[in-house]
Amino acid sequence: MSLELFLQSLVDGLLMGGVYGLVAIGLTIIFGVMKVINFAQGALMMLGMYVTYWLFALLGLNPYLSIPISAIVLFFIGVGIQKGILSKMMDAPEHNQLLVTLGIMLFVENFALVLFKPDFRSVNVDGMPTTLSLLSININTGKLIAFVFAIVLTIVLFWFLKHTFLGKAIRATSINRQGAALLGVNTNRINYIAFGLGAGLAAIAGSLITPFFYTSPDVGSAFILKAFVVVVLGGLGNVLGALIGGLVIGIAESLGGVFLPGSLKELMTYLIFILVLLFRPNGMFGGKVK
Amino acid sequence: MNKSLALVASILALLVIFPVFIESQYIMHISILILYYSLVSQAWNILSGYSGQFSFGHAVFFGTGAYTSSILLTKYAMTPWIGMLIGAAFAVIIGLVIGFLSFRYKLRGAYFALGTLAFAEMLRIIVQNLEFFNKTLGILITINPDPLMFQFESRMGYYYTILIFSILATMLVFYISRSRLGFNLVAIRENEEAAQSLGVNTFKNKMIAIAISAAITALGGTFYAQYILYIEPPTTFGNDVSVAILLPAIIGGMGTVFGPFVGALVLVPLGEITAHLFGGFAGAHLMAYGVILIVVILYLPGGIVGWILERLKIRGIKKM
Repeated sequence: MSLELFLQSLVDGLLMGGVYGLVAIGLTIIFGVMKVINFAQGALMMLGMYVTYWLFALLGLNPYLSIPISAIVLFFIGVGIQKGILSKMMDAPEHNQLLVTLGIMLFVENFALVLFKPDFRSVNVDGMPTTLSLLSININTGKLIAFVFAIVLTIVLFWFLKHTFLGKAIRATSINRQGAALLGVNTNRINYIAFGLGAGLAAIAGSLITPFFYTSPDVGSAFILKAFVVVVLGGLGNVLGALIGGLVIGIAESLGGVFLPGSLKELMTYLIFILVLLFRPNGMFGGKVK
Repeated sequence: MNKSLALVASILALLVIFPVFIESQYIMHISILILYYSLVSQAWNILSGYSGQFSFGHAVFFGTGAYTSSILLTKYAMTPWIGMLIGAAFAVIIGLVIGFLSFRYKLRGAYFALGTLAFAEMLRIIVQNLEFFNKTLGILITINPDPLMFQFESRMGYYYTILIFSILATMLVFYISRSRLGFNLVAIRENEEAAQSLGVNTFKNKMIAIAISAAITALGGTFYAQYILYIEPPTTFGNDVSVAILLPAIIGGMGTVFGPFVGALVLVPLGEITAHLFGGFAGAHLMAYGVILIVVILYLPGGIVGWILERLKIRGIKKM
């Protein structure tokens, strides 16, 4: 294997890992606050992709400019899901919560399938070169932008959780729900915000990948399992962990692609997952919203 | 008790007799689907319904059964009647490996669910990358209507085959639910630490449950392969398969003997009706399943059978 090929896959993996991290951060916040594993996270990301796609297809809007719109739309959808469905499930057994989010996923994915048909759709950005060359390594511009966004967003979010009143309330709820409620935190409201935030982050990730990834109703399922792996790797509820976990999985996958033929590289993800589940179920750093 | 016995006997008689009066191939097909889903969902019920170990990856056993018998048939001309048993044996081995890893390292709840999902995905990826399994092309089974080769002229043959399978599986679950094993599994579901401290060997009981569950799911896989005569990785090892396996038991009632059958009885026709209403839009029936799943979990967490039993208890009739 040449050094060039190695560096190329390393860069590809790193950039894609940022996107995995972004999808996973939403998942990890939802888990951290509500202890609910959200199977519908990939489906919410897919909806975000469609918001961006339709704004582009109908109004010619630049995908990057549609990010706030898709984030806001999905924030409210997320709040709606929490208010209408999950809020009734907060004390239910864990597997029932899993099943409800599975039901939401089934509904949302197939709703999109009925509405938009299974066609693969793509978005292009005017005036943006597809690749940049750097020392004979080709970098996909869309992936690079997504990666930068992911890093910046994670830092912003981390700061938000650490230094704002709302962020502290979210962390307090995550650590000790009763305690936070006793101190005057409106934990129901925190739930709505956390789920909305998680959905909004999924949407941002979705919008960011539209320039280099096909939009289709089942696109979420390609990401959801990876997002779970990333979340467990980073520690459930750990925002920075999710980003690092995303980078690890991205790199493992693209290096796996160098050594393994066909789609066998996907095995890397699941292998890492099962090993982590067995030996470090609390992730690389242990879990709490940090 | 006598009342419920009479009810079960009359339902059985109905199931045995009714195809004689049915002309429509379509209705026969739907009936076969109902029985087939109640079989695989009953298998899932043994592990997940009774012991509370929630599997989201039962496709791993299903695909193993389908692929084993089909490879043995197409490459070595072995009858699926035997291939099915070998497939079940392989599924048991895989089940024990998954069980050993999961239960030994105390994977529970969501972790176990996600772990099983990952195992199923791994197997799907391996199968679709190996020449031996014909990669993504799948396996086409030659039409050869010979009951000895697990193929039938008419749907009648398939119907009675799957009926016998389903009845046997339901009888097994009925027997388990009243045996020591069944009580142990329920104890594990309700409170694993307490069960362990009262002397229940939780690890051993969970291993037995996953082995039985895997074997029956694999038989369902072979039946599917012989009925459809074509298998490929996504339709045998895919996530959709795992979801389809667990839905009937959830809707009908987890941890009840007749839950999977009742669930299949509701879901299959409902899926057909929805598909027709939406003019054959792909995905319409899954949309309906999503809604039903949400509604049932929210308002009938015990499923349909659970709800009926609850009602009967309220009326003071002894539990079935």
